Formats: sequence, structure tokens, C-alpha cells
Amino acid sequence: MKILVCISNVPDTTSKINFTENNTKFDPAGVQFVINPNDEFGLTRAMWFKEKQGASVSVVTVGNASVEPILRKALAIGADEGYRIDALPTDGFFVAQELAALVKEVGFDLIIAGRESIDYNGGMVPGMLAHLLDFNYVTNCIDLKIEGQDITAIREIDGGKETLSTQLPLVIGGQKGLVEESDLRIPNMRGIMMARQKQLHIKAATTTENLTNDKQFSKPELKGTITMVDASDLDTLISLLHNEAKVL
Amino acid sequence: MPVLIYTETEKGNFKKNAFEVASYGVALAKQLGTSSVAVAFNPTNATVLNEYGLDQIMVVKQDNLQGFNAKAYAATISEAALKIGAAVVVVSSSADSKYASPILAASLKASYAPNVVSLPESTEPFTVKRTAFSNKGFAHTVLLSDVKMIGVANNTYGAHPTEGNAVIENFSPSLDTNIFSTKAISVDKVAGKTTIADADIVVSAGRGLKGPENWGMIEELARVLGAATACSKPVSDLGWRPHGEHVGQTGKPVATNLYIAIGISGAIQHLAGVSASKVKVVINTDPEAPFFKAADYGVVGDAFVVVPQLIEKLKVFKAANA
Repeated sequence: MKILVCISNVPDTTSKINFTENNTKFDPAGVQFVINPNDEFGLTRAMWFKEKQGASVSVVTVGNASVEPILRKALAIGADEGYRIDALPTDGFFVAQELAALVKEVGFDLIIAGRESIDYNGGMVPGMLAHLLDFNYVTNCIDLKIEGQDITAIREIDGGKETLSTQLPLVIGGQKGLVEESDLRIPNMRGIMMARQKQLHIKAATTTENLTNDKQFSKPELKGTITMVDASDLDTLISLLHNEAKVL
Repeated sequence: MPVLIYTETEKGNFKKNAFEVASYGVALAKQLGTSSVAVAFNPTNATVLNEYGLDQIMVVKQDNLQGFNAKAYAATISEAALKIGAAVVVVSSSADSKYASPILAASLKASYAPNVVSLPESTEPFTVKRTAFSNKGFAHTVLLSDVKMIGVANNTYGAHPTEGNAVIENFSPSLDTNIFSTKAISVDKVAGKTTIADADIVVSAGRGLKGPENWGMIEELARVLGAATACSKPVSDLGWRPHGEHVGQTGKPVATNLYIAIGISGAIQHLAGVSASKVKVVINTDPEAPFFKAADYGVVGDAFVVVPQLIEKLKVFKAANA
């Protein structure tokens, strides 16, 4: 089975979010970039398929040279090869098209993406990719079992879980649950050394089309100060929630 | 060039978010000077939507579409959109919607903006404000293509009843059988329990509770308030509570009216997932807990003393305000 893991380069969760150039761009100054958290679960799951079922694992991202560290990290974790599609990820549809072109060129059976990235929260790349490729698709995927032709996936739904049966070729939008947090792979010295020998292919973008344009950014209004209520005065809390906040 | 709204149903009843997206879609249609059309799958009573002012309701009554199926629902809504020449398709932010919407958007080659918090700021160019950076910012996004798709952020626009008398007609999509290649085999969901996505109030607890055996008072507080229960990531990772209760950046998002956080310090990943909640109350023994900086009301105190007292006082309050 040939697996392609799609990862994206995002600001670390603790980053302060600022905008620059008249609020038209995210300001990367001082920001630590990491592999999108949802993607990490998929990458570790792919390693399981490699080790237990002999799958090959390639990893891809769309971005300029500044995103190569996350590809190197994925190779150090154990991916066999990496692809960087040399273009700025302008929107979800653009990214999906670039990934689809790579899949069609190289040929993969299972595409593992993250259900949503923590920067633009689009959550659309896996689904758009599945449509463009006419592959099966499961998102919010918290469990994936592949036994020959039979695939059982579990999707997290509002209030519970849904078990689905499907087949390859398949795209999944993974998240926490696909593997446990404590099982997430991190690169060790050997992995980092071996990663240096692995292929990192740079591909040109095949299209330039995006359907949306983030023309400006803004920040939420600054919060007012908190109203503290004494632990011995919970009646006041209830009264505030009822009369002032109007949520009780 | 109408506005098409996907109004979700579950077991024949409209979901709570259906009224919010219908309200948004009807207002959007007015803004654009066009008509509003809802599409619904197997509703028991489509006329319920007449309280929201729609011009037309397309009812899909098909056995093979009884249960949600992302590709099949996306193909159906796509066909409906093409049939009526929809200019904008409006969807919710539920798990099912977010599953189907990208397929639908790609199929229509529609510009798709999810997590939209208000009506378009401008129609030329068509610009919507949506959340970004896990609720730490907003993007003002121009939708460039002829057909546009808007995902309304949960509990932002609200449901606004307005009288209507919709023309109701049946719609039968022509679907390939291979569209059902991914099939739901079973659903594991507690019937009648308020979901985190739909709840007006969410009671959430963290490591400050010290162990799973102490959750009785959390469940009791939730029961008194008619709230959904949630938990922080460490609690979920430790197995004290089911994974489905984990709220935060890698868990479920919370956009409720009242979020009560008990024994949760307020790590950034947690805040990222719950900051869309309208009012946040924090109960924690540690006055330095970061959550106090991100909350609206706070109580410094021992949860094991404060929560039982709160439960008793709320029972009295509820009885007096019934």
C-alpha cells in the first residue's frame, strides 16, 4: 500500500498572532512553525502501517523553502521520501489541486491529511482532494483499520462515533484518536541521520488557481477585565449570570 | 440566482443549527435581493421552517438517503444548487456539514468560506468575515467564483424567526450507486443527550478534580443546568473521561453561550478550542491560573466546596425561576 501523508506548516499553538503589511498578511516574525497537530496523528499512524503492513510512506507539503524543516522532521520520524510543491498555499482549493496532481502523477492508495489546520481552520483540503481524485473519504477519523480490501474507519460525530466501511483508494482527515497522544512519534538521532539520505523532491506547481482571497485580517476586541466573585458569595455569581450575562 | 440553504435534520426533526443557517440564508437573500431556498433530507414536517421566512423548501424523501452519507448528500445538494441556479450555498458548522461541504464546494467549484460569523461585509467584491488562527483572529475573505459557499460558525448569527409561507416541493436527485461506496455500519451515540455542539451551557472539568471518581458533582451540575459535559485534554488522555468530551484545539470546538470551567488551568490549546463561547466562568483554587485572564467571571476556591454549593443554589434558583 502506498501512503501519502499531507502535512502543513503552521504557527505553534502558543504563538502570538499578529498581522503585518497593513493587516494583509500573517506576521511570521518570532513565530515557531510546526507540523499541524492534526497531521501528526496521521503521520504516526502511517508509520504503523509501514512497520506492520509493509506500506511505503511519502510525505508532502505545499510551500516555499521555509517549510522544509517540517518535511525533514517527517523524514526523521520515518517517512521514506518527501515532496515539496514549491508554491504558497493560497487557499484550500489550490492546495487540493496541487496534491491531486501529485497523487495522479505518482500514484497512491491512501492519503492521510489532518481534518483541519490550526492556522486558517479551513478543514477543506481532504474533502476537496477526495472529490478531485474520486477517492473514498472519511474525516474526523479517530480509527482506521485496513485488512486487505476491507477498511473500517471510525468518524467522530457530534455526540458520539460512527463506524464506516469503505475501500481503497481513500482520503482521510485524521485527528487525535487515530493514535494516542502518548504514541506520537518524535525523531530520534538515528532517524535524523537517516533522513539526510532520503529523497526530498521539489515539484513546481501545476496551476495557479485559487477561489478565495484573504484580503485582510483583524483581531478580536480586547476582553474586558474579569469579574471575580467570592467563593462564599455564589448567589452573586448566579445573579450576574442571570441578570448581567443573561446566560442563565 | 437564489440562496440555497442546507437545513440539517436528524430522525426527521430539524437540528438546532438548521434554524440558525435558515435565518442567515434568509437575511442573505434579502441583502442580495434574491430568494431563499432550503433543502432538507426526510423532514417529518418541512413546514416547521415557515417560522424562518424561507421562500421555498426542497424536500428530499429517499430511503437510501435516510442516514447521513457525505458524498451522497453533497451530490444531492450540488444537483439542487445547479437546478435552481444558486448563487450562494449556506451550510452549518456541524460535524456532518464539515464532512460534506468540501466535497460540495469542489463539485460546484464554489469559493468556500467556513466559520463565517456575520453577513457579507460587502457584495462587490463578495467579502465575508470568518474566524482564523483558532479564534485568535479573523480573516476577511473575498469569494471569487460565481458560486459561493458560506459555512456559518456555530452559535454566532443566531436563529431569528420571521413569518414565511414557503412553496414546498419534492426533489429527487439522480445518484450513481457508487456514490454510496463509503457506508455507515453503526452509530454509537447516547440518545436524548445534549451534544457539546448544540448545548447552551457546557460544564467542563480538568485535572483539578484529581480523579475520575470525583466526576459525580460535575455530572450533577450539568444535569441541573441541562448542560453538556466536557473535559480538558489531560483528563481525556488519562482516560478519566471519554475522548468525545475532550474540548480544545485537538478536541471538539465549543461555541456555547455559557462555558463553566472547573479545575482547568487554561492552557493555550484549551483556550483555542473554547474561546468562541460567549461567557466563560472559571472555578479554580489557583488565583494565578491563566484561565482567569481569559474568562468573564471567576471564583477562586476549592472545586469540592464550590461546586456542591453551586449545585444547591442553582436548584433553588431554578425552582424560583421555573
